[in-house]
Parts: sequence; structure tokens; C-alpha cells
Amino acid sequence: MEPIDVIEGTALPLDRSDVDTDQIIPAEYLKRIERTGFGQFLFDSWRKDPDFVMNDQRYAGAKILLAGENFGCGSSREHAPWAIEDAGFRAVIAPSFADIFRNNCTKIGLLPVELPAESVRALMDAVLDDPSTTIVVDLPGRQVRAPGVDESFELDDHTHRRLLEGVDDIGMTMQLDDEIAAFETARPGWLPTV
Amino acid sequence: MGITLAEKVWERHVVHRAEGEPDLLYVDLHLVHEVTSPQAFDGLRAAGRPVRRPDLTVATMDHNVPTAPGPQDPISVRQMQALAENCAEFGVMLFPTGHIGQGIVHVIGPQMGLTQPGSVIVCGDSHTSTHGAFGALAFGIGTSEVEHVLATQTLPQKAAKTMAVTVEGDLPDGVGAKDVILAIIAKIGTGGGVGHVIEYRGSAIRALSMEGRMTVCNMSIEGGARAGMIAPDDTAFEYLEGRPHAPTGADWEHALDDWRGLPTDDDAVFDTEVTLDAATLTAFVSWGTNPGQTVSIDDVVPDPSSFVDTQKREAAERALTYMGLEPGTAIRDIRPDTIFIGSCTNSRIGDLREAADVLRGKQVAPGLRAMVVPGSMLVKAQAEKEGLDDVFIRSGFEWREAGCSMCLGMNPDQLAPGERSASTSNRNFEGRQGKGGRTHLVSPAVAAATAVAGHFATPADLRV
Ligand code: SF4
Repeated sequence: MEPIDVIEGTALPLDRSDVDTDQIIPAEYLKRIERTGFGQFLFDSWRKDPDFVMNDQRYAGAKILLAGENFGCGSSREHAPWAIEDAGFRAVIAPSFADIFRNNCTKIGLLPVELPAESVRALMDAVLDDPSTTIVVDLPGRQVRAPGVDESFELDDHTHRRLLEGVDDIGMTMQLDDEIAAFETARPGWLPTV
Repeated sequence: MGITLAEKVWERHVVHRAEGEPDLLYVDLHLVHEVTSPQAFDGLRAAGRPVRRPDLTVATMDHNVPTAPGPQDPISVRQMQALAENCAEFGVMLFPTGHIGQGIVHVIGPQMGLTQPGSVIVCGDSHTSTHGAFGALAFGIGTSEVEHVLATQTLPQKAAKTMAVTVEGDLPDGVGAKDVILAIIAKIGTGGGVGHVIEYRGSAIRALSMEGRMTVCNMSIEGGARAGMIAPDDTAFEYLEGRPHAPTGADWEHALDDWRGLPTDDDAVFDTEVTLDAATLTAFVSWGTNPGQTVSIDDVVPDPSSFVDTQKREAAERALTYMGLEPGTAIRDIRPDTIFIGSCTNSRIGDLREAADVLRGKQVAPGLRAMVVPGSMLVKAQAEKEGLDDVFIRSGFEWREAGCSMCLGMNPDQLAPGERSASTSNRNFEGRQGKGGRTHLVSPAVAAATAVAGHFATPADLRV
């Protein structure tokens, strides 16, 4: 996972709530066995509509995705954050996220930023009004800045450090091998194995 | 102060705890399928890491598998081959297509007796919550986490909040587990359970069979919850006893002693509490494009302007356009084109019996496509032993091989654009069952009655 620092760029305003993972990337594109190349299928069905915001060239090159509440609900497919990341986004800002989606984002270095609904609304309006509006997502300072918005966001210290350093979770856990082995020895013998 | 079922299971699995860090939890059972695992195995290979506990890992093919003869999508075939190769290379037990043990990942775990009270179970699939019906803490994970569990048999997890959803009273005739969970989601909303582990409680829940409990826990994720659980009791123990991986002899007695200590203490406190009155519940049908957009079958399609919240109103407007529905239309006046009985929510033997009871001696309405996809090859075999396949086929249903099938349309079982289904699955998202397809979520009994009536109906409607 690549370390994240300050993300600065324009944003794509996806003004909808309950955007589910089947919209982010439909099941038919989950058949790839590779980790990359999913960006071309991001919001695949909606993109067929010429009026869909992602087809508006003024938002091309956006690094930040702005969305409504409960973003990423539905399945556990990590293909959803992979697709968003692969399409060039570095952060998603929404009033709330589905748990598994948020968790998957933090595992791959896509920054999920939860802000109060009013602040997301203000950012959404600013970006709808002027697509060239630049938003700064300052991970070290846990702050989002844009014209008229200056808001800190919450992120637990552990995830904060992991994202700043881009750590390898598995490598970290493997250092606890003695504790895992001790736990395994103490497990009751009647527990099932396959 | 006492603690809850979820907290008890959690505490037993803490391998490592440190201030300011998530707990590292031990995983008792890791279920694997072909869609969310190939990149995880690649990760292991790249780092030269083995699977730590192949004896606690089981794989099956379900999402892509064809359920009828015919040409196969070469990309699906490649994904299933990748799983077979990965399992062979890393020593993981696999139930491939054609094997009697094959089936939907959340159907085969309980069927083999691998899903046991008090365990931590994970799978790269959000409906892992199904296994919570046994009092296991079971949750869906992403592919990076699948790799983490394969490599270490553990997973760092941030503490969850606890929510009690209590359903007291007797369910009216014709109202079942699927209606209960649809009513719960309608009440708490699709984001209502975010950050929580739900415990379903109350006399109506205790009265459910294990299969009904699995249906309820299955859809916890549709309410946003990380997991759903039900305290294990004699119903659970009876279901488990004698299954291939259940403990036996003295071990069974030890296990029972242990499991009886799991239920939530009387003085435990939940972070959030919700109650429903079972007697007021009816059969439910979804009208929109998320599982919170449901109403009673006696109701009408709601008017978007009745929603106070702007985003909810806009979502309802978009949903009705997508679904091709007018506000005020009676649910019973809506006519589906396809009936799908299957998915990890409703494809167990009890679900098939429920549908077959409605269909016995009746015919599917002309012009309707109807199919039953059993959740596993063993469910299929059991149903055939009981002659249920005959009931389905005579009434005009197709009788298929086991798999996820039209729940998500990764195989050829899909809705065509604009086609409308009555489906016993769990998600009515846009395009979930095929591009442009329109899904209405219902119980197996309503799906069967609807197949006969040609419009949404309950079994009782067929009797008048
Ligand atoms: S049946 Fe549907 S919800 Fe269940 S595991 Fe398969 S695709 Fe997922």
C-alpha cells in the first residue's frame, strides 16, 4: 500500500445516497482474477447515460469522489475500492460509509473521509457550481479545506498511522507469531477442522 | 455488569490487544469462494507465504457456476480454474462443481456442521452474517483481509457496537423469517446497523427454525450491520448434532456446556435497542432499489413526495423510474415476468418445502419464467428424495443445479432489461440480477403464490 500524505485536486460530485457496490462495479466485471484494470468499469451502468456526472468532461481528472450517505453499501467486493482507485481517485468524501467498504478502502490506501452532511453538501454545491474547485484533503492534519469549508475529520490513530506509512498489515501481524501460536495451543480440542 | 453474546465470542478470540490498536482476533473458520480470493492467493504467492491453517479453511465454487447445461463463459471458467489451482497449490479443501459437497458458501458451512456456536467465521462475502444464526460471530471481509486470514488465521478488528433487535409475540399465519427481516430493515433503514453487531432476540425469533434464523441473520448486512447473531439454544444444538463436523461423545457434552454459557447475560446493556411486535407483521415486498424500500403486500407503491428527507425522496423517485412503477399502484397489481427461488437467503430445504407446499397441484401462470436453484447439491439431493423436484417441475418451474445463480447474475441466469422478478434473494439493487432488471424481494411462500397468481400474492390469496 502506497503511503498517503496531502491529497489536492478537483472532485466528482456524485449527489446520491445509498450508492451500492453493484453500482460501483457490477458483478459481471468481478470475473477478472487480476488486481488492476477495474477503473474502466466504474459506475458502468450509470455511465451509459450521457447526462451522468462522470461523463461531464469538466470533471475529468478528479482525484476526490464526493457522495451521499451510506456510500458503498452492499457486498464485500474489494473490487469496488479497486475500481475507484484505478479510475484515479485518491479519496472519497461522504457523510457516512458502509463498514466493509470503508474498511476495504483503508486496506488499499484509498482515503475514506467522513464529514458532517452539511459540509458534504457545501462541498457538493461548490463543485457543482464550479467544477474547477480544488479540495485539499490533509491526512496528516486530518482536515478538509476548500473555499468556504474548513473542517476536521475523524480517523482513529491506528488507521491514520497505517495510511500515512503505507504499512503491510500482514507483515505486522506475522511479528506476533508467538502469540498466535500460543492461542492455537490453548484452543479446545473439540473445535472442528476440515 | 454482564456482557452480550457478541462480546463473549469476541473476548474469547482476542489473540493480541494493545492500547490504540484494533484487537487481533483468531478465526475459527475461513470460507473461500472463487470471486474474492484469486488476488489474495496471488498476494501470498508474491510474498512467498503459505496458508497458515488449511485445516480451518474451506473453499467452494458458487458465484459463477452454471446451473443448467449449455455453453460457459470462458472468463467464469478461468476464475473457477484459478480457485482449483490455488486450492491445490496451498492445500485448501475445495468443493468444485459436480461434487456433492458443492453449494453456496453460506449453505455448505452449516450443512457440514462446521458452523458452530461461539466461533469466529469470516468469508470474502458480505452475507457471512448468515452463520450468526448459530451464535457465531460471522462477518464479511474484503480480499486484502482474505489474504490476511489465509496468511495468519487472524484479523485485526475494531470494536463493534451492539444492537438488540427484539421481536416479541407470535407471527401471523403466512408470515415467515424473510418477512421479519424485511420488516426490520424497513424499520432501521439500510444504514441503521452501521458499526453494530445485531443480536436478534425475543419469542418470535426463538420460535424460528434454524433455517429461518439463517434467513434473518443473512440479511443483517442489508441493514448495514457488521454481523447478526442469535443466541444458541436447543433448536441450534438439535440441528447440529450428528452433522459430519459436529463434536461427538464426550466432546459433544463439553461443547454443549460451553455453548450454554454464550447467551447474553440478563443485566447486559446494548448500545442500541429496537423492538418489533410480531403480531403486526405481514408478508413484505420490496418496491424500490434498496432493501429498505419495502412495504406490506397489502400496501401500495409509495408516493416519493411522502418522504420528508430530500435524499430519500430523490432516491424513491429514481427507484420508481428504474422499477417502472407508479405511486399508488397496489402491490398485488404488479405482475412479475420471472420467479426466482434461491440464494443464500432462501435456498435451504425448509425454503423449498415452503414453496412446494404452495405449488402442489397448481400451475405457474402462463408466460411466467420460474426457476428453483437449490443452495447446495445436498439440498438438491434431499429435495429430490422428498419428491419436491417433481412438485416444482409439474407446476412449471425449472429445477436447477446448486449455485448463486440469479441472485447476482454472474452466470447466464439473468434478467433482461426491463424484466421484473419476484425473487427470494437479498438485494434489489439496480442491475443486480442483470442489466436493467427489476427485482422485488419476497419470501419463498410469496414467490410461489405469485408464480401461480401471475401477480404478487400470498398463499392465502390462492385459497379464496
Ligand atoms: S447467493 Fe447471492 S448473496 Fe448469497 S453468496 Fe451468492 S451471490 Fe452472494
